[in-house]
Parts: sequence; C-alpha cells; structure tokens
Amino acid sequence: MKAFLILEDGTVFSGTSIGSTREVISEIVFNTSMTGYLEILTDPSYAGQAVVMTYPLIGNYGICYKDMESKTLWPDGYIVRELSRIPSNFRSEDNIQTILEKHQIPGICGIDTRALTKILREKGTMNGMITTNENYCFEEVKEKIKTYTCKDVVKKVTCKEKTLLECKGLRVALLDFGAKENIVRSLTKRRCEVIIYPAETKAEEIFAANPDGIMLSNGPGDPKECVSIIKEIKKLYDSDIPIFAICLGHQLMALATGADTHKMKYGHRGGNHPVQDLRTGRVYISSQNHGYVVNKDTIDPNIAEPSFINVNDKTNEGLRYLGKDIFTVQFHPEACPGPQDTAFLFDRFVNMMVVSHLDKGGTIRCPEIMI
Amino acid sequence: MSRNYDIEKVLVIGSGPIVIGQAAEFDYAGTQACRSLKEEGITVVLVNSNPATIMTDKDIADMVYIEPLTLSVLERIIKKEKPDSILPTLGGQAGLNLAMELAESGFLRKHDVQLIGTTPETIKKAEDRLEFKKTMEKIKEPVAASQVVENVEDGIAFAKEIGYPIVLRPAYTLGGSGGGIAENEEELVEILANGLRLSRVGQVLVERCIAGWKEIEYEVMRDSAGNCITVCNMENLDPVGVHTGDSIVVAPSQTLGDKEYQMLRTSALHIIDELKITGGCNVQFALHPTSFEYCVIEVNPRVSRSSALASKATGYPIAKVAAKIALGYTLDEIKNAITKKTYASFEPALDYCVVKIPRLPFDKFISAKRTLTTQMKATGEVMSICTNFEGALMKAIRSLEQHVDSLLSYDFSRLTDNELEKALHRVDDRRIFVIAEALRRGISYEMIHEITKIDIWFLDKIAVLVELEQRLKNEPLTKELLEEAKRLEFPDSVIAKLTNQTEKEIKVQREQYQIRAAFKMVDTCAAEFAAETPYYYSCFGSETEVQVEKGKKKVLVLGSGPIRIGQGIEFDYCSVHSTWAFRQEGYETIIINNNPETVSTDFDIADKLYFEPLTPEDVENIVEVEHPDGAVVQFGGQTAIKLTESLMKMGVPILGTKAEDVDAAEDRERFDRILEECQIPRPAGHTVFTCGEAIRAANDLGYPVLVRPSYVLGGQGMRIAINDEDIHEFIGIINRIAQEHPILVDKYLAGKEIEVDAVCDGTDILIPGIMEHIERAGIHSGDSISVYPAQNISKTAIKTIEEYTKKLAMALHVKGMINIQFIVCQDQVYVIEVNPRSSRTVPYISKVTGIPIVKLATKVIIGSTIQGLGYQPGLQKNADYIAIKMPVFSFEKLRGADINLGPEMKSTGECLGIAKQFNEALYKAFLGAGINLPKHKKMVLTVNDEEKEEAVSVGKRFEALGYTIYATLGTAECLKKHGVHAVKINKLEQESPNLMDLIYSHELDLVIDIPAQGYERSKDGFLIRRHAIETGVNVITALDTAYALLTSLENSENRTLTPVDIAAI
Repeated sequence: MKAFLILEDGTVFSGTSIGSTREVISEIVFNTSMTGYLEILTDPSYAGQAVVMTYPLIGNYGICYKDMESKTLWPDGYIVRELSRIPSNFRSEDNIQTILEKHQIPGICGIDTRALTKILREKGTMNGMITTNENYCFEEVKEKIKTYTCKDVVKKVTCKEKTLLECKGLRVALLDFGAKENIVRSLTKRRCEVIIYPAETKAEEIFAANPDGIMLSNGPGDPKECVSIIKEIKKLYDSDIPIFAICLGHQLMALATGADTHKMKYGHRGGNHPVQDLRTGRVYISSQNHGYVVNKDTIDPNIAEPSFINVNDKTNEGLRYLGKDIFTVQFHPEACPGPQDTAFLFDRFVNMMVVSHLDKGGTIRCPEIMI
Repeated sequence: MSRNYDIEKVLVIGSGPIVIGQAAEFDYAGTQACRSLKEEGITVVLVNSNPATIMTDKDIADMVYIEPLTLSVLERIIKKEKPDSILPTLGGQAGLNLAMELAESGFLRKHDVQLIGTTPETIKKAEDRLEFKKTMEKIKEPVAASQVVENVEDGIAFAKEIGYPIVLRPAYTLGGSGGGIAENEEELVEILANGLRLSRVGQVLVERCIAGWKEIEYEVMRDSAGNCITVCNMENLDPVGVHTGDSIVVAPSQTLGDKEYQMLRTSALHIIDELKITGGCNVQFALHPTSFEYCVIEVNPRVSRSSALASKATGYPIAKVAAKIALGYTLDEIKNAITKKTYASFEPALDYCVVKIPRLPFDKFISAKRTLTTQMKATGEVMSICTNFEGALMKAIRSLEQHVDSLLSYDFSRLTDNELEKALHRVDDRRIFVIAEALRRGISYEMIHEITKIDIWFLDKIAVLVELEQRLKNEPLTKELLEEAKRLEFPDSVIAKLTNQTEKEIKVQREQYQIRAAFKMVDTCAAEFAAETPYYYSCFGSETEVQVEKGKKKVLVLGSGPIRIGQGIEFDYCSVHSTWAFRQEGYETIIINNNPETVSTDFDIADKLYFEPLTPEDVENIVEVEHPDGAVVQFGGQTAIKLTESLMKMGVPILGTKAEDVDAAEDRERFDRILEECQIPRPAGHTVFTCGEAIRAANDLGYPVLVRPSYVLGGQGMRIAINDEDIHEFIGIINRIAQEHPILVDKYLAGKEIEVDAVCDGTDILIPGIMEHIERAGIHSGDSISVYPAQNISKTAIKTIEEYTKKLAMALHVKGMINIQFIVCQDQVYVIEVNPRSSRTVPYISKVTGIPIVKLATKVIIGSTIQGLGYQPGLQKNADYIAIKMPVFSFEKLRGADINLGPEMKSTGECLGIAKQFNEALYKAFLGAGINLPKHKKMVLTVNDEEKEEAVSVGKRFEALGYTIYATLGTAECLKKHGVHAVKINKLEQESPNLMDLIYSHELDLVIDIPAQGYERSKDGFLIRRHAIETGVNVITALDTAYALLTSLENSENRTLTPVDIAAI
C-alpha cells in the first residue's frame, strides 16, 4: 500500500506503507546509526517522535528480543529507505515488519531518506504526517501538522510503580524518565542493587530508601516541561548522595540548579559523535539521542563546570557539580546502540558511591565491586 | 598534544614495484600523506623504486629517489639527506620491513633519525606471529589456536594436536604469499615447506582452521594521546578462507547486529591501544556465524589496501590523517577535510552501501588455477556505491571490464544439477555467478549456504537480482518494472536483452517515464552536516544533489578502471597529471573512475569525482547532468579509448586527437594506407577474420608470424606462431574472448625494439627521448627491459625514427600524445604499432628527462603549441642519466601460471634503475626487481635447439663469474663442445637425481630456460619454471635478459651505488 510523508513545510515523500496503516502526526527526527535499529525503536526517548534512519538497509539482522531497550516500541512513526525482506542472524527471532505491525507503529519505506535528512538538517527538525490516504489535502492538514507538540511524554514512558532488583552491592535509586534497559544492566553488572522509581517520585521517598547513589535516566521531550520533577531533583542535589545523570537527567539537573536548556536545530542522534573530556583532553566516540541541550552560557561557574564538550559543534556534553558528588552527561555511556567507549563512567559512578559510602562510615557488603 | 615542530625533514619509504598483494593503494596513500606533510611545511624525501607512481613526482616530494629499496641504498640516502624522521607506515609491508631493519641495526640511532607513526616495538608486536599472539593473549583478545613453527616436523606435530584442516600463514610475506589451507598431512607438508622458504624469518604460523566464519574488518585510527576511532567496518561476502584481497567486500557490515558490531569495534580499539599505534591500523576478525565467538586474524599496523578501500568507501582520508598524527597532532585537532565542519575524531556514518570486487588475472593466465585461497591473486579491484546492495553489486560487476554486465554473464545453464552442485563447492572468481544459476534453478538458500557458507542475507540479495531477471523475461516492461530494474542497477543493455528490445528502446522508455540516474554525495556523515567536497555516486529513484557550475569550461577526464596486467598504475598517473594541467588552465575538472586504490579517485584531485563504472550508459548519465565541454580519453588507457565513440554519440567533443584518427591507427587497412602515403615500412601483414584466412596469410608471409586481435592493450591474445598448428590454437583462444574486431597476422621480425612517446600540437612534435628494449622483438614491450636513451642504434636510425614519428603524428592528426613502437632490423626502421594515446612509459620518461609530458600534452590539447610552451620541437637532448625500466612479475602468487615471456604481457609492475653509467643503472634495475646475485653461484641452463649456439656465450660468461652450470643433455653437450664446463642433469621424467631435486636443493641462483618460439608444448619446461619460481629462484626465459644480467653481474663488484634525486633533473 502507498504511504505518504507530509512535512509541515509542504514537502511530500511517497513510498510504501510499513507497519500500521493508521495516520500519525509527529516530530520527524533522523538517526545516523548504521546498526541498532531495534535498540532505537525501543528507546523511550523517541516517544513523541517519528524516526528516520539514514542508513538505507534496515532489518538485515532481524529482531532479537533480548536487545530491546524497554518493554515496547516508542516512536510514533518509522521512516526507512529499504527493509530487508529476510532477516539473517543466528539470534534473530522475528522480523522488523511483524514487530512494527504488532506494536501498531505506522511507517513508510522506499523514500529518499537522504533528501529528507537534508531538509531536516537545513530547516531544522519539523513535524510531519505519515498517512496512507492518497487523497490527502495539504491545506487541510497543514495546521494540524504544524501545531503538533508532544506533551507529557515522560509521564507516558516512565514506569508506573517502583521495582527492586535485589543485589548485595551498592544501592542505586534510578529515576526512570524513560530509562534504557542498558542503564539498569550496566549497574547490575557492577553488582549494584537497583530500585527503579517512577519519574514523579518525591525526593523524600528516595531518601527513605537510603540509596548509595542516584541515577537520573534519559528520557523524551522538552526538559522544561518537567516542572515538578525538577523541583524534586533540586532536593536530590541538596542531599549529599552521589548522583550520575544521563541525557534528560543531565538536562533536568542543570535546570534544577539554575541553568537553561534550549532546543537544537536538529539535535544529535547517532552513534558517532565525538565528545571530549575537558580534564584529560581525551576524545571518545559516543552514542547520542537528544534534541535539547544545556545552554553553556547559562551554567553558573560556582555551581558546575563543563566536563565534556562535543568536538563538532562545541555544545555542552557533560557537567561536574562543584563540591558535590554529582556528574552528568548529555550522551549515552550505556550505548545500545552505539560505541561502548564511555562505559567507564559507570565505573566512575560506582567508585564515587564507594568512597562516599566509606566516608559516611559504611562498610561494603560486597567487596568485589571495589574497582 | 600538538604538532611536534622538531620534525622538519621526513623520509617517506614507498612500497616499490606493483606486485600482487602490494599495489596502487600505496601510491594513493603515499601521495596523500606526502601532500599532507608538505601542507605542514615539512621537507619530504621520498624513496620508491617504482617510477610509474604519482608519489615519485617532484610535485609530491621535495627530493625523490627512484632507487632500489634495499638497506644499503636507504642508508646512503639517509646519510646524504640527513632527515630527522622516517615515516615507514605508508610503504606497505616492504616499507615496514626496511624500517625495522634500519632500526634494529642501530643505524637510525647512530644517525639521530627517529621513526614516526610507529615504533619498532609496535611493528614487532603486530607483525611477528609469536609476539602478536602473546600480545593478544595478554589483553585477552582471542586468536585461533596456533603455533609458530620453523620446520615441517613441528608443523605436522601441532596439526595432529589441533586437527585438520589447518591454515598456514608465513610471517613477513605479502598478500598471504605461500599461505594456504591444508586438508591433510600431504598438503600440509607441501604448503608449509613453501611457506618456510618464503618467510623472511623462516617462520610459519600453523593455525586452527576457522574457514567458513564471517570475515569482518575494522579500520581504526589512534593518536598519540590515545584517542581511538573506527573509520569503517567491512564484511566479506566470502567467508574466512579467501584472502580479503580476493573477496567481495561490503561496507559497512550488513549481517551484524549492534551487539556484534560493537563487540568487534571495542576489540579493535582495545588492540590498537595495546599496540600503541599512532596512525591507521587494520584489524581482521573471524566471527563465528552462530555465536558471539570471534578470533583476531590479523593486524596491519599501517595503511593498507583495506584502508584505501575504507577511505574511498567513507570519504575519510586515512593516510592524510595518519601523516598528521605522525607529526604529533591529535584527532580532535585535525579537521575533516570533507565536511570542513567536523573533526577527524568522528566516525563516518554511511548512508549507502559499498561493494568491492577483486580484479583477478585469469584472463591473462589461462593455465593458472582459478581457485581463491588465503594467498591473494587479484591485481586490482573495483568499488561501487549505491543505496542498495544489489545495485552496488551490479555496478561493481560491470566496472570489472571483463565482459560481464550481470549475473547472467557467465553461463552455467548447461551444467547438470549435479555439476552445478560441484561448481558451488569451487571457490573461485565465478562463484557468485554459479550461485545465481543455482538460485535460478530453485536450489534452496540453506543448501547453498551449507556449501558456500555465504550468509543467507547475501544469497537473498542475489536472489532478488535473479528474480528480477525472470520478471524482465516474462512480464511486460511496465514503468514500475523498469523503475525496479534501474533501482537494482540493471544496465539498459541487459534489460534490452532480457525483454527482447533494443538498448535504444529501453532508453526511450526511460525518458518517457523520467527514470533517470540521480547523484548522491559521499560526505562521511550521512547528510548530518553540509559537506563541501563533491564526491558522487549514482542511484535511481532519488533526487540529485549535484550542483552544476556554470561559467567555467568543463572537462571530463576518464580514468582507467581497475589495475590489471597491461593497464596499470601508469594510466592513473597520466589521468591525474592531465587533470591537474586542466585545472591550471582554468577548467573545471571531472574525473570518472571506479578504482578505490588510486590517486585519481582521491576526493581532492579533480573538482568533481564520480565513482562510477566506465560504461557508455554510466558515463552518459553523468554527461546528461554535467554537460561537459569536452572529454579527454587519451590518458585513461584502453578503458577510456573504448568510450570514445559513445562519447561522440552523446555529443561530447573529444579533446585532442579525433576519434576517427584513433580508429585509423587501429584499423589495419586505413593504417596501411597512411603508412604507404608516408612511405614508412612495416612488417608485412594481413587482416583476417577466420582461421583459414589466418593460415593462408601466415603461409604467404612465411613463419614465424605474430597473431593478435586488434583493439587490445597489453598484447592480450598475442602469440608468435611457427606453424599451422599454432595458428589453429591461437585463433581458438582469441575467439573465446568475444571478438568483434578483426585479427592481425604479421611477419615476425627479430630486430631491436624501439619505443617512442611524443607530443604533437598539429605542427610540431616533441620527443622527450627514445627507448630501446633489451629483449628483441617478440616479448611484449611491458615485459621488456627498457633503456633510455637507446644505446645500440645508429644515428641514421634515430634520425629516421624522429622523422617517422613526426610523419605519423601529422598523418594521424595527433593532438596530444602518441606512442610508437618500431623495430630496427639491420638498420632498417619498421613501424609495428602506433597508439595515439598515452602509454606505459610516459611516467618513467617524464621523470628521467624532467619533461612533464602529460602536462604539455594536455596544454597542447587545449590549444597551446610546443614552441609556445617554451620547448624546441623534435627529439630532445639526452638527459644526463641512463634510466632502465625493469619489469616485475608476480608469478609466485599464481599457481599454474606459465612464466614464459612472449608477446602477451605478464608483468604486474616495474622498477627503475637510474645512474650516470649504463652498468650501474642496470645493476640498480635488477636490484630493484629483487634480483640480488650472486648467492650460491649455481645455475641451470636449458636452451631450445635453435638458440643453443647463442647460449654458449651465456654459459661462458657465467662460468667466468665462477658459476657452476647445470644443463640437460642437449645443452650440456653443446656447451662442452664449445669448451664450457657443464654438469649434466637428468630431465624431470628421468630418474633421480634430476632437475627437480636440484631445484629443491635451495642452492640455485638462477634458471635460464629458453623455450622454443611458438606454442610451447613441452610440459617439462613449464614445470621447471614453475617449481623454480615457487622456490624463490630467479627465472629468465630470454637470452637477451640473460645478457643484461651478465653485464650487470660482471660490473657489480665493489660497486657503491650513487642515489639520484630526480627532483633535481
């Protein structure tokens, strides 16, 4: 069946419908990763967006459910050049066509994704509609497309109740704003006990669990929308518990401590972005997925200092909070998809928790986590 | 970290002559790196024995030594030039080995020279099998169970331990030379013994066989601060077992999930970090197809063929960045030259699919085994880019120029199912065509996979193409079907054949439906950033991104496609220089080529680069977008010449010599008329079409005669026939290669062969010099030792040659280059061949005379005159140097190939000897070609009956040099009769000890075997030559070559070689 992608500027791409045939309006963003389509589809940070894959051949290695980064698929729509008609990989349990249908995600294939990407690059991220209605009238849908915004997406993606993943190691409270599974895996691999909390959890409840550290996860949407969450995060900041934050978590911490964020022209989405550790000068290739960024000019030098910057556009990629056991990054050290080069940040976090734990006179229940 | 300003003068070591396994990719990398160094104000001293390269031009380096790559030569150059650093990572294995030797001997320390870009420790850790294994074990990176052995017994013992099949890899060799897979003890002994001999250190790695696993490569970069990135990963369609140089390779990997991709990427970075590489590195992995188990196969701590491919596939200039890193820069300080916005510390993202196919030389070596193994056999490769795999594969196939344009091009339809199944088991260059046939017959993916181990994903893609063939055959050609065929890059010609229409009709329908090629940009970043470098590929069903400039005059420069025997790197040299000259004259330059190994396909050589097949249809697609003011075809070898007619039909003016004049030189009758008009003699000859006509012609002329197809390069299909039987055989061979053109039969004259390159502006000609071949006529000019200036012809003959050259250039209305081959027989000058285009000898003659021939020719084409450019017309004064071009062969890589030289070219490369004295130049040339004698002072001499008398003097002179001469009965008796002592040795079929035992004694310096002219039917001679070559013994098959070697040896005692800086000429 034919499908159309209608952008808010009036550009129309026609291709073939994949997944669900229902009509959808969403924000169109592109991702340049060459592998990891399932991880991208299951990344909650894509809630409220339709994703364009710039790599043209998608679905080659099928679907392995173990690789899912959350329990379901999140994007509103999926836009590709070509879907492989058969999957081929020893781990493959399904193919991408079926999973899109199963999760009712509308998509389009067979379009010139490079031309689309260039439009988004030049004009900035914009809204669009995916439809199978051949008789669409742009003038009629124009306003609807233009005015679309994704509201309250964090609420949509966060867990409904807290979950405890027991372990003998350090206890980490993970605030789930749309956390990717690999954040949890990265912590449990390091013998941490993880308690996953819904996004709107009060700081007091977290303190009550007496965690050794707090993780603020990634997540979708405009960070400034999360007004009540930011308030709670300010309380977490005021405590002396070590905190490590990723992506949306990093933005929320910045907002909680007086800095500002803004929407980027077309964001960073892919697995090839170089970030530089400002203390050592080392450059790492990182996995990224964000449309908003902490405005570096609004960072109060008495509160935080930049720890990472993006080598390409010099935007802020991380902050270190002065006098606090808090560090936050814009990129994704948990990878999945993408390079694992910055996984050491989890070790750094664990170290920080160990030191803090010992400082407070605690003992380590599980000595092998000492790194 | 930043630029180290202590580095001011850098010695760059090139890779020497082109051989299988070490080809043009090092010219590309070397040229790019030298330019990158010069950009930084570094004084660059270059050493490379290969004169056909661009890197050995004075435009590229400050001092250029085209000298043999030996330790003593390098030491002399270092003493003379006093560089502060050596950059050894650009000259392939040869360069690294030399750098190691210089470092290990303490020479570098003594002369205060440092290695940059690598360290001896790094080289050792990566290249020495044992050290490598230890290093991998230390960092817990898995390698296949293996053991380094230094003798066959240990190999057998270890094989018993780990079980067959076993892989054998000799240490420090090229292209997997001497390696292979042994299925049993017998094979093990054979391959292992050979490998031990070929390894510089006498070591061979005996390894667990992981054939059938996925072969994956990563190209990684690291700087001195420890920053690491991967430029590209690649997946071989052919699983482990076929050398990656002979595999079909796709970038990026297609069948790896993110978990596998990242696992191997992390491993590659881990390895490069441990090896402390500063620059580029290639890591090859074997990945188990049904688990996460993997093995590190090999690490190349330098630029390589794969890095050249990765650079072209992604747009990331690895060699350039590696050179900057060697100077101390870190990745985040180096701008990405493509986007000019991002930095080198960024991993390219591809939004297309790249396919590389090797160019194998089996069309040249009909007797050679086509089987592909861990020993590389390809002479070159093609690359293509498309938005889908099928399209990229189709484009790559037709880029090969091997008369293939689709998966139907090799016809296996006559095989029975059983035979077909057997054919699937054969791992050779036609395997994908066999697979296509199997899929046509409905053989299941599972079964094909079971036999070939090729991933189902690739099989399905081949099936997509096969299904479309069927649809084209069976369905009406609707717009939708035509769109799909073009999306998958079926050429119009194939669509026409399958739909029973003409190509023209297909083209008309495409126009009607507006199905046109679109051009997309290679930008390193999948369109995330605006790129400034116009590097394009075509696809269908997309929008074009090409910005067509108006105003400037625009010229199309057609490249020469894949490197093959007969059409090598020298044509890339010419294309690049022509492009530069056009640019200097204010033209917008556009290059079309498909060879990832070359300088011409570097992103900043022309104003625009189209990475496309060189077929009329593909070129026309570009012409329709660019509307060039003209095209130049005379620099791109036969590939470009063949496009002349099509370009004219498209309305593109051919710049320089007109197409009809090119044709006149090739068309026998027209050419004969011209010769008659000019009163220039040529050996008598006839044009024929059938075997009967050929035999009549031969008898009319009298044997021996030369038989050859017209319109070929490198003497393909050319033979000397001595009787009717030969003619029968040759015509058969010629007709096997689809031949639309007539066959030429000429009287064979055994005279001196002379070669001339000249530039003609319509009024005057300029001849930079006259070259003389050491071997008499009958051996292809590309395989002959060529001497500049000619040493043995009279002044009158030279005058005549000059006069004939001018007459011919005028008569053919040449504008630009012309190449003429003459025979001087008893002071009579005959013309044997005229090519109104650039030739193989142009780079070498340009360098030794200091006359930039291609630049002059290009300017003449545009309208300048020779006198206007400041040159006196006519034959130029001899240069102060004698320069000798020596052919270099790769016979040891091609099992079963006959090494006997004849009219068909067989050499893969060349080196140069340049000196004030003839003898020194000759010695250097032999040395450069790796002939470093004497060693054991033992040799074998076998000569055919006709030339036995002549062989006596050869024997005498070797005897005088202290050689022990072994000869078979006939030759031995003849020698004895003339007072030369010879040890008689039994022929192969005779009882032991015979010739074979002698060869395997490893004490022979040389085998001189002069077979009879004509089609040699002696199996003996063939076997002797093969065994000698495979045991590393030098083999000579022409008496003239033997004389030259004697001259060189007789004058080699106490010689100190004087390096010549050709940049000062």
